[in-house]
Amino acid sequence: MPVEVRLPTVLRQHAAGQSSVKANGSTIGEVFEDLVRQFPLLSGQVITEDGALHKFVNVYRNDDDVRFLDKLATPVADDDVVTILPAVAGG
Amino acid sequence: MLRITRAHWQAIIDHAVAEATKPAEACGLLAGELGDIDVKAVYPCGNAAPAEKQDMLYELDSHDYLKADRDAQANGWEIIGVYHSHTHTEALPSPTDIAQAPDPSWHYIVASTRLPTPVVRSFTIVDGEVAEEPLVLERPPAK
Repeated sequence: MPVEVRLPTVLRQHAAGQSSVKANGSTIGEVFEDLVRQFPLLSGQVITEDGALHKFVNVYRNDDDVRFLDKLATPVADDDVVTILPAVAGG
Repeated sequence: MLRITRAHWQAIIDHAVAEATKPAEACGLLAGELGDIDVKAVYPCGNAAPAEKQDMLYELDSHDYLKADRDAQANGWEIIGVYHSHTHTEALPSPTDIAQAPDPSWHYIVASTRLPTPVVRSFTIVDGEVAEEPLVLERPPAK
């Protein structure tokens, strides 16, 4: 089942310039696997080599940061919107 | 160059001064049209860093960012930069700011409340290279 994935400006160059793409999966992790299949340049941008969520991105299922849900195992359903934004921090 | 209205510029200073009393770093987002120099909106956000470290660090609250991003999108804008404050140091990006700069297309405003008169400056950070850019104050167009 496809969900909409919204990409921040910094990642669009890796997805043919698109701000929003469709991807399939029943969890956030599966959606990202499909995303990387479609756009191999996104590999390593959202998921670490160890298969975890990168600390420098925030990922949301609709209104919720998935770090406060079940991270990559967070389930998604039709019509959910997955948003990726940079994690912004500094000193 | 980044152009900002006096009201938006003042909003950044007011946020920085209010947080400095804790003391904590203030942070927020800037919206505008992609590739344009005008700041169309300023979104003050929460600092989600651990309370005891907020005088030296900021972590932009992730839910505040999502709300700001949605509001910007609804107005046809994008997030084009971030502002944050330094309570004890100059208005210059710190090594941490440079290392963690999320987007090379962004503008990075740093406000310092170290001195009685706040100082606000804007920078670009591309591949670890920092360049100051003119921050121009403009009144909104007459209606």
